[in-house]
Amino acid sequence: MADAPEHAPRAAAPSGPTEPAPPADAAIPAFVTSLQDNVAGSVAQLSLYLGDWTVIVPASHLVQAAQYLRDAADCAFDYLSDLTATDWPPRAEARFDVLYMLYSTRHRHRVRVKVKVAEDQPLASVTGVWPAANWLEREVFDMFGVNFTGHPDRRRILMPEDWQGHPQRKDYPLEGPGELLMENPIDWLKLRQSRDEADIE
Amino acid sequence: MIEQFVIPTLKILIVLNATLVGVSYMTLLERKVIAWAQSRLGPMRVGPSGVLQPIADAVKLLLKEDITPTKADRWVFTAAPVISMVPALIVYAVIPFGPVVRLFGRDVSLYITDINVGLLYIVSVASVGVYGIILAGYASNSKFPLLASLRASAQLISYEVAVTLTLVSVILMSGTLSMVGIVNAQYNAHVWFAFVQPVAFVIFFIGSLAETNRAPFDLPEAEQELTGGFHTEYSGMRFALFFLAEYANIIVVSSVATTLFFGGWLRPFPHVAALHFLDLIPSWTWFLLKSFVFLYIFIWVRATLPRYRYDQLMRLGWKVLIPLAIANLVLTGIVKVMLL
Amino acid sequence: MTYLPPETIHGAMFDTSELVINMGPQHPSTHGVLRVVLRLDGEKVVDADVVIGYLHRGIEKLSENRNWTQIILLTDRMDYVAAATSNVGYCETVEKLLQIEVPRRAKYLRTVLMELQRIASHCLWVGTHAMDIGAMTVFLYAFRERELILDLFEEFCGARLTYNSMRIGGLPQDIPPGWDKKVLAFCDVMDGKLDEYETLLTHNRIWLERTKGVGVIHGAEATALGLCGPALRGSGVARDVRKDEPYAAYDEMDFDVPVGMAGDTYDRYLVRMEEFRQSLRIIRQATAGLPEGPIVGKVPRLIKPAAGETYHAIESPKGELGYFIVSDGKSTNPYRFRVRPPSFCNLQALPRLVRGHMVADVVALIGSIDIVLGEVDR
Repeated sequence: MADAPEHAPRAAAPSGPTEPAPPADAAIPAFVTSLQDNVAGSVAQLSLYLGDWTVIVPASHLVQAAQYLRDAADCAFDYLSDLTATDWPPRAEARFDVLYMLYSTRHRHRVRVKVKVAEDQPLASVTGVWPAANWLEREVFDMFGVNFTGHPDRRRILMPEDWQGHPQRKDYPLEGPGELLMENPIDWLKLRQSRDEADIE
Repeated sequence: MIEQFVIPTLKILIVLNATLVGVSYMTLLERKVIAWAQSRLGPMRVGPSGVLQPIADAVKLLLKEDITPTKADRWVFTAAPVISMVPALIVYAVIPFGPVVRLFGRDVSLYITDINVGLLYIVSVASVGVYGIILAGYASNSKFPLLASLRASAQLISYEVAVTLTLVSVILMSGTLSMVGIVNAQYNAHVWFAFVQPVAFVIFFIGSLAETNRAPFDLPEAEQELTGGFHTEYSGMRFALFFLAEYANIIVVSSVATTLFFGGWLRPFPHVAALHFLDLIPSWTWFLLKSFVFLYIFIWVRATLPRYRYDQLMRLGWKVLIPLAIANLVLTGIVKVMLL
Repeated sequence: MTYLPPETIHGAMFDTSELVINMGPQHPSTHGVLRVVLRLDGEKVVDADVVIGYLHRGIEKLSENRNWTQIILLTDRMDYVAAATSNVGYCETVEKLLQIEVPRRAKYLRTVLMELQRIASHCLWVGTHAMDIGAMTVFLYAFRERELILDLFEEFCGARLTYNSMRIGGLPQDIPPGWDKKVLAFCDVMDGKLDEYETLLTHNRIWLERTKGVGVIHGAEATALGLCGPALRGSGVARDVRKDEPYAAYDEMDFDVPVGMAGDTYDRYLVRMEEFRQSLRIIRQATAGLPEGPIVGKVPRLIKPAAGETYHAIESPKGELGYFIVSDGKSTNPYRFRVRPPSFCNLQALPRLVRGHMVADVVALIGSIDIVLGEVDR
């Protein structure tokens, strides 16, 4: 491309997400209170932003909270909309935010469950609760390197099987690993050829 | 001397040439008709409105590289398309294009020969064509063509039973196996057998769609399936021979349908004097016109219908068509005995 | 791409009486670069492994290096069959972050454009699905109608496939004069053509045999597996983001959402055919009642949403298309850009749907789920 993409100069890398607490007069929804009451210690923090409720759950209580949210009558979160992660490298003790967007087809309400995990910390898989999590967790593993224990099929999904590194981490270069930004495509072909010959040998 | 050798040789030459040209132009007809059904034009570039397209295709296929897989059985590999094509051509020996006419001071019959077991000859020769498919799959020495060819041959054999049973009903009506005799029987009965044996005709038509591997029964050769069919390893002229064999079979089946069910060379209402002006059209033209209608219907069906899955196809052949054909045969027999 | 030897699939060694075949990335029926490795027992599929990633372009990571307006171009290229829908989903998420109001005229026009996209996407779906099952004529007819829609889009924004047709806060330009009349004329033409497709397929005995009872999945299991869009509605779950969480002008429109009961391929087909007609209904209402006014809301010159994160979903022709965007409040690029692709989540169900069916049904089911690889792989 003629114009290089903007690498906007950041003042300092943000150290974590903004999670505004709900204002004092906001009505806490029933599913949050029932989760707080029935699964002790599951709601570490609560946030309300632009009409979306986010519940921050400690990693140890994840599967229990997930099962409760799916099975309880006033929650009924039977649909896992999305499962993704965000990388906050400055936050060393819990680098990744793993997010679960849940939706209830019965009550038509949504909630976001957030779990903060450290880089090498394994996290329980929720494929037992929502089978929809299967490929979504594979993608989070592939892109961020979050270790899901209890997942039936731990393989990369978008990148080739033998790829090294986790592309969507903030410290992974946009241009790819070790590939020189070559001016001439012939040079890139030559590099590829020499690599293939080395493979054959 | 002339009657014995020259005239039959001339007839064979004419029929063979006409068939081969007809088969190659049928590819153009198919492409054009399907295109018109799909709101487009089909081949338009080669010659005015694409008329020379089959010649361009033939030249291309002849010039293509002849690839034979290394481990394939070379002789069988080469022989298989030939075995597929030849039966389709030799069936024409008994198909009557017209009655005996007066040409150049001689009584010439517009058919190569009229053996008194003509229909039996057609059925048996057509069955030999199945060997071509089986041998093609076997000779390719690759598991997908082998499986596909076995599937295709199973399909062909199953539908042959239904088709042959309907032919027996026609024989019951006409009392003879000779092709000319069947047309004459329709003349004497004042009615074409399609109107007397509609069930037999419908079963014959559906069965011949399956016999010639045409849609909706073309699963063994559909590109959307995993295997390319029994002709996966074939290229160039050999591949062309398989396709020409398929089209030749379609034309054969159309001719047989015309002869058996639609009066062969007879014009509509041959006994009605008021329509004698229709005699201006020669008998063989009537025959060709009727065959052409069937060809068109074959192509039309391909453009319209989705295709059957293999198990549904076999179920249709064995559980629906064969019982219907047997029932039709029994009914025909009973009615014949009671009316005579 | 690296070859996957049989032993590595699910870590188990295959039984030698089973056949493993590969519907490779290049295949006439997989609608893009999709690889399905099938384990067969005779004709029946015992298991299927779906391998994706051949079209992965790193759109999510690229977006972290583009400013908010540039990303609209990237969203086109995910679901390239219905690009305007992806555009709208993204713009609405950013508008939610910026808390700006989109004028009514822009909302109505967005609705019209999105419903036209729904029809275009379903045209492509019906054409390719029918062609896979053997009815090749429907393909040509459906594409002829899709051409009409593409012509309308070309008049509006200049492109036929990747539109870049939305801006944060509204639309880049107003519709050309007479465009709404052309849209209404198109709707009248489309009604007749839909009857043509139905005549060819809906009561055709061969079509019924190929689609009834194929790939049956019921409501609860479909929801748990994460299916969305017509695939979920075909299984009896009445879920449509346009009704549950209305956006654009859908709360002012009067339309129905078809739901199928049997959960098989035929019901998914019927759901989409009825969605055609409902889309035409919405387009007619929106075009007839198009309000006057500006087409862009009050958008700051430099787009820098306050720090925060949000998730917003819309109903694309394939299902629930969601965007999760994190803004750090300081830079002109998003901090995290995540697309929740409906085709990805639907494709996940393919091994479950295919189990126990025959090889010929695999192709029918891939068509029935309606995937676009650009969205699956991003």
